Amino acid sequence: METPRYYVPAKSHWPIFGAVAVFLTIYSMASIIHQSSQGQVGFFPVALAIVAGLLMLYMLFGWFGEVVNEGLRGLNSDQLKRSFRISMGWFIFSEVMFFAGFFGALFYARTLAVPWLGGEGAKGVSNILWEGFLPHWPLLKTPDMQQFPGAMSTIDAWKLPFVNTVILIISSLTLTLAHHCLRAKDKSGTLMWLVVTLILGVAFMCVQIYEYSHAINDLNLTMSSGIYGSTFFLLTGFHGAHVTLGGIMIFVMYWRVKNDHFTPDDHFGFEAAAWYWHFVDVVWLLLFTFVYVI
Amino acid sequence: MSEHSSDHHGPEKGLLRWVYTTNHKDIGTMYLLFALVALLVGGTMAFVIRAELFQPGLQLVDPNFFNQMTTMHGLIMVFGAIMPAFVGLANWLVPMMVGAPDMALPRINNWSFWLLPFAFGMLFCTLFMDGGAPNFGWTFYAPLSTDYAPPSVTFFIFSVHMMGISSIMGAVNVIVTIFNMRAPGMTFMKMPLFVWTWLITAFLLIAVMPVLAGVVTMMLMDIHFGTSFFNAAGGGDPVMFQHVFWFFGHPEVYIMILPAFGVVSHIISTFSRKPLFGYTSMVWATASIAVLSFIVWAHHMFTVGMPLVGELFFMYSTMLIAVPTGVKVFNWVTTMFKGSMTFETPMLFAIAFVVLFTIGGLSGLMLAIAPADFQYHDTYFVVAHFHYVLVPGALFSILAAVYYWLPKWCGRMYNESLGKWHFWMSFIGVNITFFPMHFVGLAGMPRRIPDYALQFAEFNAIVSVGAFIFGLSQLIFIYNLWKTVVKKEGEAATDKVWDKPEGLEWDIPSPAPYHTFQEPPVVK
Amino acid sequence: MTRMGISAVSAFLLLTSSLSAFAEWGLNLPEGVTRISQEVHSLHMTIFYICVVIAVIVFGVMLYSIIYHRKSRGAQAANFHESTVVEIIWTIIPLVILVVMAIPATSTLIDMYDNTEAEIDIQITGYQWKWRYTYVKEEVDFFSNLSTPQDEIDNKAEKNENYLLEVDNPLVIPVNTKVRFLMTAEDVIHSWWVPELSVKKDTIPGFINEAWTKVDKVGIYRGQCTELCGKGHGFMPIVVKVVEQDEYQAWVTEQAKIQAAAREIKDMSYEELMAQGEKVYSTNCAACHKPDGSGMPPIFPALKDSKIALGDINDHLDVVVNGKKGTAMAAYGSQLSVSDIAAVVTYERNAWGNKKGDFATPKQVKSFKENK
Ligand code: HEA
Ligand code: HEA
Ligand code: HEC
Ligand code: CUA
Ligand SMILES: [Cu+2]
Repeated sequence: METPRYYVPAKSHWPIFGAVAVFLTIYSMASIIHQSSQGQVGFFPVALAIVAGLLMLYMLFGWFGEVVNEGLRGLNSDQLKRSFRISMGWFIFSEVMFFAGFFGALFYARTLAVPWLGGEGAKGVSNILWEGFLPHWPLLKTPDMQQFPGAMSTIDAWKLPFVNTVILIISSLTLTLAHHCLRAKDKSGTLMWLVVTLILGVAFMCVQIYEYSHAINDLNLTMSSGIYGSTFFLLTGFHGAHVTLGGIMIFVMYWRVKNDHFTPDDHFGFEAAAWYWHFVDVVWLLLFTFVYVI
Repeated sequence: MSEHSSDHHGPEKGLLRWVYTTNHKDIGTMYLLFALVALLVGGTMAFVIRAELFQPGLQLVDPNFFNQMTTMHGLIMVFGAIMPAFVGLANWLVPMMVGAPDMALPRINNWSFWLLPFAFGMLFCTLFMDGGAPNFGWTFYAPLSTDYAPPSVTFFIFSVHMMGISSIMGAVNVIVTIFNMRAPGMTFMKMPLFVWTWLITAFLLIAVMPVLAGVVTMMLMDIHFGTSFFNAAGGGDPVMFQHVFWFFGHPEVYIMILPAFGVVSHIISTFSRKPLFGYTSMVWATASIAVLSFIVWAHHMFTVGMPLVGELFFMYSTMLIAVPTGVKVFNWVTTMFKGSMTFETPMLFAIAFVVLFTIGGLSGLMLAIAPADFQYHDTYFVVAHFHYVLVPGALFSILAAVYYWLPKWCGRMYNESLGKWHFWMSFIGVNITFFPMHFVGLAGMPRRIPDYALQFAEFNAIVSVGAFIFGLSQLIFIYNLWKTVVKKEGEAATDKVWDKPEGLEWDIPSPAPYHTFQEPPVVK
Repeated sequence: MTRMGISAVSAFLLLTSSLSAFAEWGLNLPEGVTRISQEVHSLHMTIFYICVVIAVIVFGVMLYSIIYHRKSRGAQAANFHESTVVEIIWTIIPLVILVVMAIPATSTLIDMYDNTEAEIDIQITGYQWKWRYTYVKEEVDFFSNLSTPQDEIDNKAEKNENYLLEVDNPLVIPVNTKVRFLMTAEDVIHSWWVPELSVKKDTIPGFINEAWTKVDKVGIYRGQCTELCGKGHGFMPIVVKVVEQDEYQAWVTEQAKIQAAAREIKDMSYEELMAQGEKVYSTNCAACHKPDGSGMPPIFPALKDSKIALGDINDHLDVVVNGKKGTAMAAYGSQLSVSDIAAVVTYERNAWGNKKGDFATPKQVKSFKENK
């Protein structure tokens, strides 16, 4: 078979569908948040959110389904496959920068803002506004304990968070094993390792949810317990969201392996999901180091 | 199924063509039209600002609405006019310049576009919400934009998220197209400069748009979820907002100028009938500007009370940017030197670009000197600086590009004498508008105020008159476009259009067929 | 150079000399009245002239080519397009120029950051939309509000010479004395700028920025807030009155006395309360709640017919004394004296058709504050 040309779809209704779905999702989320801070949330935004969510799902399945189908029909030239790889790489880079902003905030707060407020460093005079405030990290006693009532203590890094670190590292390994099996045409091995990865992912999330409830209920560590709680929940929260997304990707890969979508040397969808998973893993390692340990 | 015959289909009929399209030329056109509408909307807001500032005293709008106008004007011009216009140009030109059949990811491309009308629709609607539109400046410093913001801020945040998705996807598409879709023989160092500058711009976009998304997310959490990122009472810092914002914001201003550098390089070389001087150094200079742009952000924050070392670091690094930018200016001038120049409308705009951008750049350099910036900061001197680099800078380059490539796009020559009228009116108008701002700024007029002390009155009146001259001259442009594109007046353009222009896009017929380079051309 | 070229360059020179003419009209940076401001001014002029020279050279060459290398004059295009030597030269020369600029800039900056050895410390606090000056070592602490009448702003009266640049209580400092400013803000970020002192510093809520000045010349110097801080941003000017040393001492003593008197609690009649209340209301509250109490709903609530202004007086006192966290409604307990609070609350309950009939006394406010 001659190599197909670069495939340019004639037209597609998915993009506009996607734009509408994203808009409705975002609009309904904004409305819900907006109304909840104004008092109570009306029926309309909630209903809209549900509709929008369904539309999103339909769009994702439809659009990705179409792309998958084109791949299966052999429309994708090597060049197009390369396009997919490059785009996924840059997409992950954009995610890296998203987290970089948050880590930047964390470092700024702990190395500059908190010491200044506590009377240390170049802007230490600021302390006259917060008499009695002592800088330390993690920050448990905030400058204004009435507005931001601090936390009793932080989570011990070497207990459950460490377990979670191990879980995620192992999950990266099992995902790599699945990849090896895929390349060795060992379908049942691939499936098994994917399931193991997925279970580890779910386990991670369960531990994380347990940790959250422990933090909120027992340690009084919440988003409003000052800058430590803020950065803690921001970073771990967005990380958790990414684990969830990665988990969904792996689940889809499970389904696609099952349906023989991949060949040993043509399985970019699988690799993309794996890259994403490893990226999420690396974020966790940084998080573990800078949020929990140090 | 029709998808198989991607070779033979022409444009679909009717409106749905635009909605479902995956064609880079259609999408480019939509981006450009969107930008034009945004320019009119943002410009109308500038008219409101200038009308209020025509004389001292409050006459037309109340201060709160004035702040909404300033904010929306900045946001719409930056995110709605300039950036989409450049993305539109990239869509039209990058595939034709590298010899590709289309953008690498055509459906994503359409999606990126269609997110924009929704994002801006939502932003625009905040004007009609209780409490009004965002009124905290396009830089939305916390806590004015968090604890003290109107309720519409939530919608503002989410609309920024949508613009972010759109820009990131658009930028990924450009990068992949350039990396992966070049015709055989089109090595990196043979790429046209517009492609090079866009490649680097796309990199900047992917690197900083997520940071913008991050900072608005932190705002959202401070407003609604009780966090204290930007609140000292919880151990945060309002200035932290500014650091994260400007980490995005400074590269953002280069996002708005690097593609302009590309455009101008093409036009000056064509109308000087001489190859561009110093192609290689142009590429390196662009890359250096991009790299430096990541380490200069706090020059917007010299007065926030940074420690001395920080102040010095950001002063020196900012000054350094003058070096690569200077290389570009010198290369353009040398390209003109000993050329055989003619002065069609695109060339006029390009020459005005070089002169007026340089003036803006030089005032930028003055701003970079920290102790002097203590006096300039947040005055009209800054407003003068950035309008010089944005209006006769970015906007003029876009106008130049439209005149230059329009015959290729639609197959007809625009009306040259209308083009000249447009140029001269704009050139005069823009200078009357923005030059006196330097003086009022130095004399002490702060920016973002609806009313001012009496000693600024004369110059503000002049500025307002200039603004109306400049704004209304844009109607000539629209009329010219209308005549050329819709009425199809004007002679048919030749394939080359100009006298020996360089680049693959001039080898294909005018108007460019719906599909080009289905078979990649071979580049020697 | 040819004649055209010369005339082009001289046109530019003309332009620059006209710029220095503008300077005399007050359209350039003022030289100011401190050593720092003069250093900054000369730095400004230096970099300005360097920029002008660069512009003249660059635009001169351009103009030359535009005139002589045009096709209509029969110019033939040359074909050179690369020269590493030239590129290196025009990388190095700008670098050298930059270093030349950076040296004086650095030394001035270091000077500006030297906050040591100040004789007087003044804390400056930005509020929406007024300034507060607290003399750290004296018993002097007051607010400084815009004093331009609303009618002038609304074009109903002739604007006076210091339109928008005048305040009720200026900052007073002695001449030839190093004064350190400790800058902060209560609500949002403001920025305190007096061009002739060359001091501009943002006031960040929760943090303190330092700055200093030492003024050489007695006089009145005016400035404005230079950070967007909401709708009153254009209306919070700064006036600094620089006086002789002994005059300053006398002023401080007198102020301390006046302020101590104001803190004293005395009984006031309903009429007195209403009269004082109207004044307090129009300087402090009218910006948001409007002179007629109609506010700007939904963000700034109306006080006319408001549930709080017509309800239990303790709730009313609570809002005014403690403010509402997270909104623009500040805690006035720390800004106004007890008699001012009593007066304004009384006024709000009985003005604009509000007919509550009751009133708050200074004593009542005092005990309310103490019980909190
Ligand atoms: C297209 C957009 C654009 C571009 C290209 C630039 C370019 C530059 N800008 Fe500007 N800038 C803005 C858009 C832009 N800016 C905006 C929007 C703001 C305000 C944001 C806000 O607050 O709302 C701003 C504000 C701003 C500030 C903050 C001012 C303040 O708020 O106090 C500063 C300070 O350093 C600055 C500096 C510079 C510098 C040094 C350059 C340099 O890149 C310029 C380099 C060019 C030259 C120097 C000229 C050509 C060179 C030569 C001819 C060589 C020889 C020259 C020498 C050796 C001197 N800019
Ligand atoms: C990015 C590009 C960009 C562009 C192109 C412009 C264009 C203009 N800008 Fe502005 N401007 C900004 C970016 C831009 N601006 C930014 C970022 C700010 C800072 C905001 C902030 O402080 O937060 C700012 C702020 C700003 C201010 C300061 C406001 C303040 O501090 O309070 C002023 C004041 O004069 C101003 C004026 C103008 C004028 C007169 C134009 C003119 O060039 C506009 C010309 C007008 C048109 C081109 C439109 C023509 C319209 C018609 C002919 C009517 C037809 C109408 C319909 C069909 C509906 N701009
Ligand atoms: C910067 C703007 C601003 C200023 C100045 C201001 N207020 Fe307010 N005020 C507000 C806002 C905003 C609210 C609403 C708070 C909320 O959301 O509950 C408010 C609420 C009130 C209320 C409660 C009204 C109600 O119905 O909820 C009273 C009473 C009040 N202010 C009195 C005053 C007094 C007295 C002054 C002057 C000494 C003053 N305000 C100055 C912004 C302001
Ligand atoms: Cu206070 Cu602007
Ligand atoms: Cu910048």
